[in-house]
Amino acid sequence: MRSEELAWKIRRHGIEMTHLSGGSHIGAILSVADILGVLYTDILKYDPKDPEWEDRDRMILSKGHAGASIYAALAENGFFPVEELKTHYQDGSRLSGHVSHHLPGVDFSTGSLGHGLSAAAGMAYALKKDGKAPRVFVVMGDGECDEGSVWEAALFANHFRLNNLVAVVDHNHMQSMDFCENTLELEDFGAKWRAFGWNVIEINGNSHEELKRAFAEAEEYREAAESGTAGAESVPAAAGNAGVAAHKPTVIIANTVKGYGVRFMENDILWHYRFPHDGWEYDCAVNELHRIRPEGVEDPYTPGGIRDPQLPQEGDDIGNDHTYSYTWFPGYPEKMRRAEARSGSDEKVRPV
Amino acid sequence: MRDTVVRTLIELAKENKNIELLTGDLGFGVLKPYWETLPDQFTNAGIAEQNMTTVAAGMALTGKTVFTYSIGNFPTLRCLEQIRNDCAYHNANVKIICVGGGLVYGSLGMSHHATEDLAVMRALPGMTVMAPGDPTEAAEAVKAIAAHQGTCYLRLGRGGERRIHESLPDFQIGKAVRIERKDIRDGNDQTSDRSIAVFSTGAILDAACDACAALEESGIRVFQYSFPTVKPIDRETITACAKEAEAVFTVEEHNISGGFGSAVAEVISEIPGSAPLYRIGLNDAYCTKVGSQQYLRNEYGLSAEKIEGYIRQKLERTADKN
Repeated sequence: MRSEELAWKIRRHGIEMTHLSGGSHIGAILSVADILGVLYTDILKYDPKDPEWEDRDRMILSKGHAGASIYAALAENGFFPVEELKTHYQDGSRLSGHVSHHLPGVDFSTGSLGHGLSAAAGMAYALKKDGKAPRVFVVMGDGECDEGSVWEAALFANHFRLNNLVAVVDHNHMQSMDFCENTLELEDFGAKWRAFGWNVIEINGNSHEELKRAFAEAEEYREAAESGTAGAESVPAAAGNAGVAAHKPTVIIANTVKGYGVRFMENDILWHYRFPHDGWEYDCAVNELHRIRPEGVEDPYTPGGIRDPQLPQEGDDIGNDHTYSYTWFPGYPEKMRRAEARSGSDEKVRPV
Repeated sequence: MRDTVVRTLIELAKENKNIELLTGDLGFGVLKPYWETLPDQFTNAGIAEQNMTTVAAGMALTGKTVFTYSIGNFPTLRCLEQIRNDCAYHNANVKIICVGGGLVYGSLGMSHHATEDLAVMRALPGMTVMAPGDPTEAAEAVKAIAAHQGTCYLRLGRGGERRIHESLPDFQIGKAVRIERKDIRDGNDQTSDRSIAVFSTGAILDAACDACAALEESGIRVFQYSFPTVKPIDRETITACAKEAEAVFTVEEHNISGGFGSAVAEVISEIPGSAPLYRIGLNDAYCTKVGSQQYLRNEYGLSAEKIEGYIRQKLERTADKN
């Protein structure tokens, strides 16, 4: 399966699963879909017939609230039947809202933020100590980086030279109630990771080409360290990424858009919580995805999209980002800034 | 106790190269023999207990048996959710060692008193909770948890505890240890028809022993047990004593809420016609006084004399009622 195909399937399953279950976090599922699409087609070594295969690459979805995305990726790759995805959130299901390891292919349960990077570091450390080949990947959220434990883990992973560890931050610029920049300022995000000693690759995280190039670059660093071609210290720096080192862990800051692929969900925090309801929300979400459906990919639920969809009426809640900071700013130490995310753009923060 | 544990751990880790020890930047004097003997199986994870605990879980899920080490509340309360979600829920082979259970770090103050740890650790499903009473129990406890699959908590006192048992060949997780003083019993010319059970957990065992010896001297029959395991609790021993003795007392260097006494109470509450239970410990209070462990134990009713006095007082009251 091509990465674009898997990413689209993750999005389509995500819409269906949250629609059926009334589940939250469709915005995060849509923003991370391309990262997981690329990981599960082009990058990770795994065997769906032997989920605990010792030589598999380890993969942790630290932003556990996007559970539906990894469930869809695993089902599409044969870890369990695709049909089971419909049981998401249901009584007796194995598919809890947040990621559970009681499911083949899941290496670690998450759901409380700020744990995944430490677990990944522990796995990478143990593998490295034993001279074993598998790599460890962890996909984190940007809001998650408010958690202090993330930075404890960042110190640890650099200190112990865990160059078999690749962290990907799904930097969709929004968290639970607002844009990250309006909550706890994260920028300059890349500089923070660099200051903690990491190799940093900043890309458009909804671009498969850029994601693949970034993973390849991370692998090059590690191979350089192993072959010793670049000494123990440094490898030729990629353009604009001076100071990378072969022995260090790598973070890919994947600039994404929350809700990516369904335009009325993009950059709207409402869709952190709301599920696509019957009516125009579901119909339009499905048809939005069909707008970007890669050729040859089949929709298992609504082949060809929805004919005669219901459309939003005047007065429907659309085109409002629902962040609290626009309506609430008395007594703030500094007047709140407006922040917006733009796909792959450097223009992340626009002061008002 | 802590030096015995480190010596035992060195022996275990020499045999089993999958044993790893992580410290949260503590144990300067204590862990030195370990890192000098086994530098490749030792990691200082820095002053970052949340990360240390989840790193341990990640390592354990990759085939290691990982001991984490720190003092007071740092290896437990500081990283409680990491223990719950990442260690216990994954049934990961993480063994948490706390040095300084109870009031060990007396004068250092409340931040360093581990007096709710047993209650909190006990509340987590899948946890094995141990608090050995002397160096012999401690050595056996380390061996037992190293061999046990799953997440364990080992609460230690400090160094220099009195050795109560010569050896414990039958030591098992979940089994209380009987303490008998034949010399006192056999040589006793006083007689009394009173009989009590005294259970303690952890390093308060020495005070419990002294209190029990004094009670026995005056002719009271004492079924004394040390409980190196708080979870799973030894129901059999508790049940037998609750039927035999006229009163049961628990002693712990810990808050009386939720800890060892509460664990015993949970068993006793299900025994029809059981003897009453009296819990001795910190009376739902933080320690606000300053002083050594000995001083604080006495101030909070946990010295041998205070324990003995409390038990006598309860026995007198029940005698009056009769």
